[in-house]
Amino acid sequence: MKKSTNALLNAPYAVWAAIFVVVPLFIVLIYAFTDGEGNFSFANILALKDYWYNFLLSLLYSLIATVITLLIAYPFAYALSKTAEKTQRIQMMLVMLPMWMNLLIRTYSWMNILDKNGVINQILTAMHLPTGEFLGTPGAVIFGMVYNYLPYMILPIYTVMAKMDPALIEAARDLGCNGFNVWRRLVLPLSMPGVISGITMVFVPSVSTFYISQKLGNGKIMLIGDTIERQMQMLNNYNLGAALSLVLMILILVSMFIMNRFADKNGEGGMIV
Amino acid sequence: MKRIVCVIVACAMLIAAAVLPVSCVRNDVVLELEGDYTGLEGTELYVMNWGEYISDGSEGTLDVIKAFEKATGIHVTYDDTTPSNEAMYAKLKSGAVSVDIVIPSDYMIQRMIKEDMLRKIDTSKIPNYKYILDEYKGLYFDPQSEYSVPYNVGMVGIIYNKTMVEGTPDSWDLLWNETYKNDILSFNNPRDAFATAQFLLGQDVNNEDKALWDTAAAKLKEQTPILQGRVMDEVFNKMEGNNAAIAPYYAGDYLLMNSINEDLEFYYPKEGTNIFVDSMCIPKSSKNYEAALMFINFMLENEVALANAEYLCYASPHSGVVNNPDYSFKDNQILYPDEAHKPKTQYFYDLDPEIRSYYEKLWEEIVR
Repeated sequence: MKKSTNALLNAPYAVWAAIFVVVPLFIVLIYAFTDGEGNFSFANILALKDYWYNFLLSLLYSLIATVITLLIAYPFAYALSKTAEKTQRIQMMLVMLPMWMNLLIRTYSWMNILDKNGVINQILTAMHLPTGEFLGTPGAVIFGMVYNYLPYMILPIYTVMAKMDPALIEAARDLGCNGFNVWRRLVLPLSMPGVISGITMVFVPSVSTFYISQKLGNGKIMLIGDTIERQMQMLNNYNLGAALSLVLMILILVSMFIMNRFADKNGEGGMIV
Repeated sequence: MKRIVCVIVACAMLIAAAVLPVSCVRNDVVLELEGDYTGLEGTELYVMNWGEYISDGSEGTLDVIKAFEKATGIHVTYDDTTPSNEAMYAKLKSGAVSVDIVIPSDYMIQRMIKEDMLRKIDTSKIPNYKYILDEYKGLYFDPQSEYSVPYNVGMVGIIYNKTMVEGTPDSWDLLWNETYKNDILSFNNPRDAFATAQFLLGQDVNNEDKALWDTAAAKLKEQTPILQGRVMDEVFNKMEGNNAAIAPYYAGDYLLMNSINEDLEFYYPKEGTNIFVDSMCIPKSSKNYEAALMFINFMLENEVALANAEYLCYASPHSGVVNNPDYSFKDNQILYPDEAHKPKTQYFYDLDPEIRSYYEKLWEEIVR
């Protein structure tokens, strides 16, 4: 393709990215390194040390949520790609179905389901089983992440699986490869791009989430997204809020960089970044 | 097929679990207006208010904004997406929007007057101002009543479920009672939460002594292990649905909850409690001052004020409402306790910024 045509095709997105990605990033950067009056300052960066706990908690919860979604999504996506095409379509629609509803509504509903006298405990009581405390526990928050972001893991993995040429598997079998080795040496490497983008798409929103932790954590679990929201909404401290966001962005970049290195080792091109 | 049934059942469960907003129902048709609402047809008015803080036409109530537009010909942009006084302050401070009407709470009005963010309100152009009860004029945040016109009055108390709580509690210490571990809720905002501890400890909620705030913070930390959660409006679901036994909240909201769940009881703690007045103000950024005055006057129309008072279930500072024999909360002992039952009350004052950031810091340690 001619260079000029290429530039022309790029133009709409380049303009978009400049206005809505690059400029806001600079604004975050400026806020992070200034004080309330607009003078250059390291105060916000120094204040970050008070929030290591929230960062750690977010990282931990989102890692656990990502691993769980992967463990659920991978076998499902593999099995799904092996079923009849019509079933695949219906199943995929069912996977996407919850996403037709807004995340906030879904999470609010879970609050009612998991609450002390909520749907689950009422069913348990009716069955004369002991009830449990769900809401306000780390488990509830992680569950909320898994529930909300599972489709983002299934979708990319399923897409690569579905595109995989069945002839490759037949060939491997013909050449004497056993079931486990077919998976380890063929299916797994070929599905890596889907896994990587699935992990990214689950990890990034999980690590920065705030609504899920507020509602399902019963106000007792403060993730880094919650502290950022608090600085911005309640305290009008855009500077500290920006510094926290900046660290979060760096955190996400670093994790994606690590993921990509991992992907390259498997002989597949990296995803995003 | 089985799967589709599952999906339908799941959907039904979610819908059943979702909350339906409640309100005190009132049917209203024709408005009798006292004021003159002509002369500003075709102009624009930007009103910023809290969510569900005006009679909005749901369930047969009066749609105040629509009625105002009809009466005046003014087009209203109604924004009720601002979650808190602090967020509203931030929006106005940033200068990003020009707003004609805001309804902040007392302490925020004090700060906004201090920072020269409000315009004086010419009450001579608001004939219905005569309805404002004297006890709500000249309050601490606006001693000359120059910047604000009271809209709603509220007090904080403790709501409890009588099937879960023994006896008749009368103190803030109920929130620290270990018998009710995991059944106690508290506020998810620092000022209200600190106040629960401060009243119990006999502190002044407006003190500016860091050591006292430290003591209150320690008291709150002591409470953390027995708390079920820290909530704001989620409290409706939780108390109505018997998910928790005890929660401090605003008196008016208790009346709403009580209409759903009759087992809920309410009291004002003997140590004293917080009273607040939310008032209508005109920010400096207002571009349609005349229309803003007209709006305030309209809000003070007898029928409009009554519709709002019925809808919100908060106490009204409007004489036409409190003396109206048709008002369903007339002489209600929770909203309008008589002299013998009036709790000791304290307003929140706007604190020194240093104290503010000090207790916010303490709060972060408490909640993490």
